[in-house]
Order: sequence, then structure tokens, then C-alpha cells
Amino acid sequence: MHFIKLRKIWYLISLVIIIPGLISLFTNGLNLGIDFTGGNILEVRFEHPVAVEKVRRVIAGLGIETSRGIQKSGQENGKVTYLIRTKTLSQEESANLQKALGKLSQMTVLRNEYVGPIIGRELTRNALLALIGAAILMVIYITIRFEFKQGIAAVIALLHDVLVVAGIFSLFQIEIDSTFVAAILTIVGYSINDTIVIFDRIRENLKTRRKDEDLEDTINFSLWQTLTRSINTVLTVIFVLVALYFFGGSTIHTFVLALLTGVISGAYSSICNASPIWFDLKRLELKEKLA
Amino acid sequence: MQKNKMLQIAGLFVVIILALLVSFTPLFKSNEFLNKHLPLVKNINLGLDLRGGVHVVIEAKGPPEEITPDKMKQLRAVIERRVDQFGVSEPVIQQQGSRRLIVELAGIKNPEEAVRNIVKVANLEFKTEDSKTVLTGADLKDAREAKDPASNKVKVDLTFTPLGARKFAEVTAANVGKTIGIYLDGRLLTNPVVKEAIPSGRAEISGGYESLEEAHNEAILLRSGALPVKVGIEEMRTVGPSLGADSLDKSQQAGLMGLIAILIFMLMYYRLPGTVAVFALIIYAIIVTLVFLGLKATMTLPGIAAFLLSLGMAVDTNIIIFERFKEELRTGKSLRAAIDAGFKRGFAAVFDAQVTTLIAAIILYFFGTGPVRGFALTLGIGILVSLFTAVTMTRWLLHLVVDSGLFKNLKYYGT
Repeated sequence: MHFIKLRKIWYLISLVIIIPGLISLFTNGLNLGIDFTGGNILEVRFEHPVAVEKVRRVIAGLGIETSRGIQKSGQENGKVTYLIRTKTLSQEESANLQKALGKLSQMTVLRNEYVGPIIGRELTRNALLALIGAAILMVIYITIRFEFKQGIAAVIALLHDVLVVAGIFSLFQIEIDSTFVAAILTIVGYSINDTIVIFDRIRENLKTRRKDEDLEDTINFSLWQTLTRSINTVLTVIFVLVALYFFGGSTIHTFVLALLTGVISGAYSSICNASPIWFDLKRLELKEKLA
Repeated sequence: MQKNKMLQIAGLFVVIILALLVSFTPLFKSNEFLNKHLPLVKNINLGLDLRGGVHVVIEAKGPPEEITPDKMKQLRAVIERRVDQFGVSEPVIQQQGSRRLIVELAGIKNPEEAVRNIVKVANLEFKTEDSKTVLTGADLKDAREAKDPASNKVKVDLTFTPLGARKFAEVTAANVGKTIGIYLDGRLLTNPVVKEAIPSGRAEISGGYESLEEAHNEAILLRSGALPVKVGIEEMRTVGPSLGADSLDKSQQAGLMGLIAILIFMLMYYRLPGTVAVFALIIYAIIVTLVFLGLKATMTLPGIAAFLLSLGMAVDTNIIIFERFKEELRTGKSLRAAIDAGFKRGFAAVFDAQVTTLIAAIILYFFGTGPVRGFALTLGIGILVSLFTAVTMTRWLLHLVVDSGLFKNLKYYGT
């Protein structure tokens, strides 16, 4: 298999995955949690089974509107946990709600989160700034250690991963919180790591290649040389993430899911996008020189 | 020579196992003194998400010219005094930006009420009948809750500063037969009639308290002083202790599973070098634990995830070097030469790759807040330590194993 000769197929696969997500991003957007929009989440555990309707009646009775309904988040040995999302509650409303719910059954407050609308806006802004800042610094570093065009190719591959993850989260309307931002940035770090290892091998092979060897063959050869490593590494990371997903508790599910899709996308884009894109950029450069 | 190397291996093996026991295993329960300090991992600060507590972001309200750095300092001081009164161990109070404070309280019984009390302005005023403010909270020296032994009513005893006492004496002398109201944030607490001049510098707020606890909370507010500005809560996250313990438990379990999967994979695929890498990874985990203890860093849920990911990267570093090592072996180099060549070539790739990831971690640290920061810090520490252990430990261990002459067959190296 020749990775570079088949590159149109790789691009096509990427587009097939990205475009539906992109359309969904523009039409449905992301399912933003209270970290972004502001609001209130109350998670409670009843020590005895309590039906959803009862909880709903209590909340409605207080004149509090739920924003995304009431969600049963767990059930174990007759204990049930509920997630109640509402608009931002005043301290008094929050206290009343807890008091009223406590009357249904013995109840424990697992968590109660209140986020004002300003914080959410800042989070989004900071996340975008961080992403852009990281991308610029990475391009600079790669330009110093490798070359500018490789920096660009690497960043395009990163953009690919961000779009894949954001697209999938938009398509399935999975609610995202502030850890999603951390996940995206980790994915960026991971994917760039993968790409650099391959670029490093290309850099080395370019030094020793024969005069008549085509660039695409050198790249392809380098990709094959690093393939075992690429696969083994992504496998070990997937081991950890799968363990975290199934045993790690509900609070980090979204985070782990984002990482899982991102790491897989990152491994793919490092092999099938970054180097082929660099090759195309190089070809354009040659064409310009000849013209 | 060989015997010497074998002894070194055996010694090292013992040291690593001991370090592992000391750092992570709960084997010291029987001994009281040891149990207090060991295993080391127990001494790492746990974040609110892992032990329960409340995280609040408080913002000073008002036009920008009113929120001066000085005012923020005062605000912080008052809030610190109040928090201290709750007896919370190691509270975190930090300024963020120009008008925000982050307050984190762990292991507190009624976090929401505590927060309610922290953000009260607590502006105390003594007013005469013609609504003139004659004394304020600034004139107070102390405020204590107490029970009136005669009537069994709960009250708060106030003690004035010397200046306040003089003022109070004058005011009471001038208002005999009239009332002096005591107001907190505009709410009338009590409105007693002055019977005679009070030179003692003492007063009390009586009636209106339902419990000693309520009086206690109000006394705290009064003696810690009023907030210099109005504040609002921008963000408040309360994690119950049961959820915290649950998260800690589950992520430890998940971490262990992931770790075991990685170790099995490394052993099966890379055989002897894999075994060496497993030891290097154990050392890696111990060093990260020590760095965490040394920096007094706080471990959070995202931090645990970052630790596991950085473990993945440490494994990756080993994988890159071993793959390289195998390639060099295939070209017919001797074991020793292949190790050196593998490390030399592998390191260039590892270094560039890790530095770019480190850039992401640094950016994340500076732009992120709260949980994101904990994540970035752990990732950063993890990357640095993994570079160190891979290059020093793995390499040294591999050399040691090869030099011992125990494993000459190339099959051991997975080629």
C-alpha cells in the first residue's frame, strides 16, 4: 500500500466524516452545558426509589422551570440519582428546592453547580484563544525544527481532529462542559505528537535518500517505518481511555469520550493527512518554481 | 564484571519494589506511625471534586473606578477572616483578574449556607430615631454569640473599640428615653430604648435569633467586618463528599485497569525491553508522585486523567525507542551498538514530539481555570518526567540487562 499515492482516498474518508458534522455544527450547533450558557445543575441521590413524576411535580410546584428536563443518571440497590437542570437559581430557590426534594425520601446532594452567564462567555473566549495561541506556537516551533510547510500541514491535521470531534458531538448532541475544552486541547497535543514523530522520520530519510528517489516514495517509506509505533501508541492510549470510560465514573464520561474520538482521529490524520498534505504543498511549490 | 552487573540488577529490583510499596500500597496500616505518612500517595492534596467541597467565584460589583486593587485587598482580607471562622482546613482564596475572587472550601458541612454568609456585605449601623447613623461596624472590636442565662434567649454581645465606646457613651447619653436601632445591611435587628448612658463600651443584639448557630454566624459576620464592596456569586460548584469519594474510587480503579492493560501489552509485544520499560514506568509513576508532593500540587479528577495520559506518552517514548532499537538490530548491529543508536535516533523524535505537546499544556495552564489548570499542570509534569525517565532510566536499565550477559538470544528482544 502506498500512502501518498492513495491520498485522495484518505482525503475523501476525512471529508465523509467531517462534512455531516460540519453541517450539523452550522444547523444544530453544539449542545452547550451550563458551563457555557450559565444555569444550574442539581444532582441528588434518593436512598429509596422515587419516580420521575414525583420529582417533576415537586419542581413544578415551586414554580421552577427545568431547562432540559429531569434525567435519571443512575440506579443502584434501590437508590436513584437524578440530574435536574434549571435556569440559574437564586440561593433561596436552590435551598427551597433541596428542602422540597428532601421530603420525597432521604436524599443526599451529590453536586450542585451554579454558573453565571458571564463565566460561560469567558470560557468560550479563553478556549478559542488557547487553541489559536497553541496553533501559532506549534507552527513556530515546527518551522524552527522542520519547515514552515510542515507546520501548516500539521495544523491542518489538527483542524481535522477538532472538526471530527466537534462534529460528532454536534451530530449526537452530546452535552459538553468545560472539560470538553481541555479534551480538545489534549487531542491537539496528542495529534501533533503523532505527526512530529512521522515528520522526524521523513527529515532523517531525506538526508540519506538517493538522488533519483521520488519525494512521495520517501514519505511513504517513512510512514511505513513509523506505522508500528503509531498503532502501538494509539492502542496503549485507547486501553487507558476505555478503562476510564467504563470504570471512571459518570463525571468524566464526556471528557473521555471526546478524547477517545480525538485520539483515534489524531492517529488517522497524522498518518493519512499530515504527510500527504505536506506532499501536496511541496508539489505546488515545485510547480511554481517550474512555471 | 557480569556478576557485578547481575548484582546491580538484583539490587535495583529490590529498590524499585520497595519504592513501589512505600509509594502506593496500603501495607502500613498496622503501624500507627508509618500509617500516618505512608503510602506516600496518600499525602497528595485532593481537589474538591475528589473529596467534596465548594468552589465559588465571587465578583465585586460596581463601576470599574470603584473596584480598586486596594478595595480588592480589603475584600479578600474580610473574606479570609470569615472563612477562617468556619474552621475549614486549607481554604483556597485567590484573586482572579481585577475583580474576582475564587474561594474553595473543602470538607464543610453546609457549604451553601457558608457561601451565603461569606458574600453578605454585613454593613452594621446604629441609627438614632431621626435616622442618623451614629456608629458602624468599623467601631466594633468583637462580637460573640451568647445565651442570656435569665431569659434563655439567644443574643450577640458586642464590644466596641475604645473610640467606639466613647462615641457610644456620648450617643446613649444624648438619647436617653429614645430608641437606637441596630441595622445589618439595612435590616432592623433590634430597636431598644436607651434607659441610661452606657459607658462600658458594650451592647447586645437580643431577640430575633432562632438558634445559637444563627447567632454564631451573625457574630462571625460582625467581627470580620463589612465587605468594602457589594459582591455577587458568578459561579458555585458544590460536590458532595459521597460523590467525591466515589469519583476517587472509580478513577483509581480505572487507572489500575488501564495500567495493567498497558503493562501486559508492553510485556507481550516488546518482551525483554518491554519488561525494562515496565520498570521504567514504575519509576516514572513514583517520580511523578514525588514531584506532586514536592510542589504541593492538588490532584483533581482531570488531573488523574492527565496522569494516565502522560503515562501513555511515557509508554510512547519507550515504544519509539524500542522500535528504533529493533530496526538497528535488524541491520546487523551488536546489542550494545543497537541500544545506543536506537536511543540517539529515537530521542530526536521523542524530544520534538514532547515539546510540541508541552506547548499545548503550557497554553492550557495559562488560559485555563480550575479543573483545566489541574489537567495542564499534571500533563506538563508528566511530559517532563517521562522525557527524563525514558532517556535515563530505560537506557541505563537496558544496558545493564545486556551487559549482564543473561539474555543474548535476540528472541528476547522481540525481533
